[in-house]
Amino acid sequence: MLVTIRLFARLREMAGGAELRRELPDGSTARNAWDALAAEFPGFDDYSRAVSCAINEEYARMTSPVNDGDEIAFLPPVSGG
Amino acid sequence: MSDKRFRVTKKALDANAVAKIVASADCGAITTFVGIVRDEHGGRRVLWLEYEAYEPLALKAFALIDEEAGQRWPSIALAIHHRIGRLEIGDASVVIAAASPHRPEAFAACRYAIERIKQIAPIWKHEHFEGGDSWIEGATADPMDEEVRRMAFAQCS
Repeated sequence: MLVTIRLFARLREMAGGAELRRELPDGSTARNAWDALAAEFPGFDDYSRAVSCAINEEYARMTSPVNDGDEIAFLPPVSGG
Repeated sequence: MSDKRFRVTKKALDANAVAKIVASADCGAITTFVGIVRDEHGGRRVLWLEYEAYEPLALKAFALIDEEAGQRWPSIALAIHHRIGRLEIGDASVVIAAASPHRPEAFAACRYAIERIKQIAPIWKHEHFEGGDSWIEGATADPMDEEVRRMAFAQCS
């Protein structure tokens, strides 16, 4: 299945882009998508414990399943306000 | 999601305008919180900040914070506007307005909202200081973490 990955702040900079398209095996979770990125981009693994995610513009769990066409956003620790 | 109470904008914020959104005939109190870009952080001389947001989710985060505050203080009305893009020292980065019939709820809800924004809103600040720059990284954004939410409530009592 094909998913869109959205990245922000330092993750975006490390990946060199705000939006990526990636092929994932059927039955994948957000965590599986993250692990694939962590294998691809040096530095991502430092965020493996602190990252959270959203699927299709709704907060989700890293254990949440993803489906074909989904947009998965990975959120590094936030600093608004 | 065109609720004017919740906004992420590149334009300068106006606390009075945000307060007017929540004003009503039965509200005897409006508290506003204005977050300001400061010239110092962690011993470094800050030059400017660049804010970035995942806008659609940030608006949902503001609505969720409103819903949480409304469960605790049913009489309040809340508005949250957050600025993004490049901000200079002295600029307002966030304005929160809380209205209620009486002041205790308005103060409490306003405080809750800023604590909760810092915990869960998908917004990031990139600090440019003398000699370099760095992304500020605070909390893991997880609105379902009840322990963290209790910490935000604890600031308000």
